[in-house]
Amino acid sequence: MAHDTIAGLDALDLAAEAAPGGAGARAGRVWNAAWPKLAAIVIFLALWEILYLAGWKSLIFPAPGTTLSDLGTQLSSGQLWQAIETTLGRALGGFAIALVIGVVVGSLVSRIGALRQAVGSMLTGLQTMPSVAWIPFAIILFGSSTSTIGFVVVMASAPSIANALIAGVDYTPPLLVKAGRLMGLARLRLHWHVYLPSSLPTFVSGLKQAWAFTWHSLLTAELVVLIPNHPSLGILLDSDQQQADMPSTIAVMLVILILGVVVDGLFGLWNRSIQRRRGLE
Amino acid sequence: MPDATATKETPAAVTLTGVSKTYGRGAASVRALDQVTLSAEPGEVTCLIGASGCGKSTLLSLIAGLERPTAGEVAAGGRVALMFQEAGLFPWLTAAGNVELALRARGTGRAERKQRAAGLLETVHLGGFGKKRPHELSGGMRQRVALARALAADADVLLMDEPFGALDAMTRDLLHEEVDRITAGRDLTVVFVTHNVREAVRLGDQVVLLSSRPGTVLERYEVPIERPRRIDSAPVAELAGTITDRLREEVSRHGT
Repeated sequence: MAHDTIAGLDALDLAAEAAPGGAGARAGRVWNAAWPKLAAIVIFLALWEILYLAGWKSLIFPAPGTTLSDLGTQLSSGQLWQAIETTLGRALGGFAIALVIGVVVGSLVSRIGALRQAVGSMLTGLQTMPSVAWIPFAIILFGSSTSTIGFVVVMASAPSIANALIAGVDYTPPLLVKAGRLMGLARLRLHWHVYLPSSLPTFVSGLKQAWAFTWHSLLTAELVVLIPNHPSLGILLDSDQQQADMPSTIAVMLVILILGVVVDGLFGLWNRSIQRRRGLE
Repeated sequence: MPDATATKETPAAVTLTGVSKTYGRGAASVRALDQVTLSAEPGEVTCLIGASGCGKSTLLSLIAGLERPTAGEVAAGGRVALMFQEAGLFPWLTAAGNVELALRARGTGRAERKQRAAGLLETVHLGGFGKKRPHELSGGMRQRVALARALAADADVLLMDEPFGALDAMTRDLLHEEVDRITAGRDLTVVFVTHNVREAVRLGDQVVLLSSRPGTVLERYEVPIERPRRIDSAPVAELAGTITDRLREEVSRHGT
């Protein structure tokens, strides 16, 4: 019977799928991904040690050991953690606001032709504008306050988020749009059910870039807009600079580097899980 | 979109009267269709066949209401669904999710959606595959999900644009049987576009042969062969031979 033949054909078609490996294979994959990174860190520390032993700027340039122990001391005191909390909180808060604005603006600009003509190139312009240029404007507007820092972060990230969404919408396969229209989806429902989910992979890789903008602009703003009694990573860096405390300066820089990399890595994981679900790997 | 109220009064589900379609203007304009008149009856399969440039896809877009004719009249009674050569499934949704979205677009409630989607997947023999994503299915299975999704629109007219062109022969034969079974069970009007003359004769109650550049109706063949049919049976091959000869004649006209 036709039914049996179909079932048989389906079974044969799908049998080609590889069976997933066990715990051993998983551990192997983790190791394969981890060892080059570990090796890079070891090489980095070794080069640093060599530079130190060579006596370059010997009075101020610290050994990796000195710096790392300084980092250890700071991590065991409360202040660095408080600073991390403040800065990371600002980053996530700013990013969240930029996300909402970016998605709304990106949606409107990508789907309304006249609006794209009007502000499409301006968005790219805003994206290339150095965030530091917003600081005087923001200080005059809000004074030396958290609002100023938030404003600068949002202005730096939102255009890039909007552009990421526009790119994603532009890459939506016309066939899927046609399929959606034939179902009777139009306007907002077409946007929600077809354009937005279809743009997700492009959008998420764009978010990685937007996160870099957030992190850059936030640290810039924190170094320039000093808010007393609010320890942040920017404030720590500033006071280290005042005291010419090189080990602590490098320790805070390492913290900034690691936080940026971790969040970037989370975006990477998200992106890969989307691609796996859609069979794009 | 054609409105859904006209089903009762119009006897034929799809009628085209003197339909022409021209793209562009002036010297650069291309006439895709010229004075096409044809009708497709409810519960029957109409196959459109022709060489390249016969405007088959334009014809389907006109019937689907995605485009407007330059001249003439297109009447498609009821709701229209369209299937393409590629399944066009949404890769972020599961097979069931794809069917459910079509139901949701029509305003079907959540609980009923789940139930009906499961039933429609059962209809195309994919009962156990609702949770699979499109990329986990074979080409034939994806086309069946697309068929279930088209049926979910509760269409009166099903337009199929070379839907099995990219499939292997055995899968295609099985899907022909599915089309027979599904159209017999519902009062569905099917308009099926293909390059394959035997496929047209295998499936069609009528086969409409179109000329190329511009597309016009060259000939209309009734297919009096009893169902169930086989694509490799003698009567199918015989009629397909007749139509192929006429098609070749038309194609060679363009070479001189």
